[in-house]
Amino acid sequence: MSTGAIEAAGVVRASSGDALRALTLELRELYDEIAELLDDDQVERLPSYFTDDCMYQVVSKENHDQGLPQATIYCDGIGMLRDRVVALRETQVYEPRAWRHFVSGVRVVGVQGDPAAGGEIRARGNFLVTEAMSDAEPTMLLVGRYLDRLVRRDGRLLFRERLVVYDNYRVVRSLIVPV
Amino acid sequence: MGKSLQSETDAARLWPAEGWTRVPYWVYTDPAVYARELETFFYGPSWNYVALDCEIPEPGCYKRSWIGERQVVVVRAKDGGIHVWENRCAHRGARVCWQNKGKVDSFTCPYHQWNFNLDGRLQGVPLKRGVLGKGGMPPDFDNAQHGLRKLRVHVEGGSIWASFAPEGPGFAEYVGPEMHGYIRRLFSGRPLKLLGYSRQLIPANWKMYIENLKDPYHATLLHAFLITFGLWRADTKSESTPVGRGEHGIMVSANVGKTTAESAAEMARNKSRLVLEDKDTVTPRREFDDGKVVGLTVFPSVVMHQQANTLGMRHIIPKGTGAFELSWTYYGFADEDPELTRLRVRHANLYGPAGYVAMEDGEVMAEAQFGAAEYAHRAAVLEMGGKDVAPQDHMVTEVLIRAFYKYYREAMGL
Repeated sequence: MSTGAIEAAGVVRASSGDALRALTLELRELYDEIAELLDDDQVERLPSYFTDDCMYQVVSKENHDQGLPQATIYCDGIGMLRDRVVALRETQVYEPRAWRHFVSGVRVVGVQGDPAAGGEIRARGNFLVTEAMSDAEPTMLLVGRYLDRLVRRDGRLLFRERLVVYDNYRVVRSLIVPV
Repeated sequence: MGKSLQSETDAARLWPAEGWTRVPYWVYTDPAVYARELETFFYGPSWNYVALDCEIPEPGCYKRSWIGERQVVVVRAKDGGIHVWENRCAHRGARVCWQNKGKVDSFTCPYHQWNFNLDGRLQGVPLKRGVLGKGGMPPDFDNAQHGLRKLRVHVEGGSIWASFAPEGPGFAEYVGPEMHGYIRRLFSGRPLKLLGYSRQLIPANWKMYIENLKDPYHATLLHAFLITFGLWRADTKSESTPVGRGEHGIMVSANVGKTTAESAAEMARNKSRLVLEDKDTVTPRREFDDGKVVGLTVFPSVVMHQQANTLGMRHIIPKGTGAFELSWTYYGFADEDPELTRLRVRHANLYGPAGYVAMEDGEVMAEAQFGAAEYAHRAAVLEMGGKDVAPQDHMVTEVLIRAFYKYYREAMGL
């Protein structure tokens, strides 16, 4: 769906380009905020950006293109997303490293209904994540797209669905934190 | 003085006198050893896992796969039969098939457009008779002699296996009766449903993965997630059984659910008060009558797991001495209810490159490869559970790894 294909009524169409630009800016800031909290090792904050009935997946392009349900990280519901964080912090063993997210091309691709009244925003963006071990050069870990559905709750945009679809055929070594 | 490099190398490749309770680190790093492994195991009289039949549901459907470092194509022919051939043109060696999956009537090599039947036979050679009386193949060129290299194929209840050896043991003989029984427990012929893939490149020697699934000792210590949520414990009733000549292994345990045990209290990282919000993640629905949790290693190419409600094939694809690809194919059954499929997908969070359990395996194997790299002259110690290779009925043992290296030395002549 292109920008021109924004459907339905709602604030975006009603006030034409200005509202779309404002929404796009808001989304860019949101995406950057999440990238920053992940880069700053504050993954505990991630679930607060999702609705209770959320779907969060990190999934290969291979599975996504074939419509296969398997995902590398699969969380349906906020409980599973919180469990992912608890398991990571409390049980998992891995070599420490630093990650950095580069997000670009954040764009609104559709609005259904009035976002101010529970309507849903569809958005997407590109990401690239680098990984640096403490004794080696950074490498590219993952590159791909965010395919998102968001809703506004109490003024805040929350993810109802975030599909992190990576282009990589395979993950080198491990995928440790959400993307 | 006067000592040749060759003799130094030979001296360094002597197995330690202690035998199978030691593993010299050169088995993980020496390119000559690796080359012999590929010939002896992957390209020898072994049966290698290549695909599930639900991946190629219709005639003309194909999937690329690997045996060792050789790429093969698994194809369903018009009569429904399954063929496996090397993805390497009979003409100049270029890859004939350029996509991982698809559906075709025949295969045409993009280089000179030699055309092959679904079963690998050469059907057509462009300009075979030349142009205007000039060129072309010699009159004695026989298409029948220039097909793609075909492998022997065995289908076991929907799992597809192939062997490079034109003759040799059949599948049942290769895996042995006990393993065959466990494979049939998973692959009874009930139609399969493909759920998806996870692929990772682990920077470690491929045998470390073979060892990983022969090592219940580590599972009780490294994998705090399993311990914490009761999916696996040191005091769980279990069996570790080497089969074949020690190359294959069967690990069986019971899923006991979350309880506290004295042995768990000894484990430093145990977090007994930890609670998951989503109980489905650690609460499997009973589906096999025997209540068992099973991990099967069919050497050299695959580990099959059934843990909670996730079912998967872990295809081991070596990439040189220091890396291997681990390709996970997750499946269920075509006739199961959607809720069970959902549980399988949820429980698969245990596995793959981000798995609560499997991530840690990739991490420690990569670290162990670092430990092997500069230390060919030293050896790992495998004495947990004693020094012999007889089956044991508990987890605190390295018997399966010892049995594996007993077999390995015989097969490799080391």
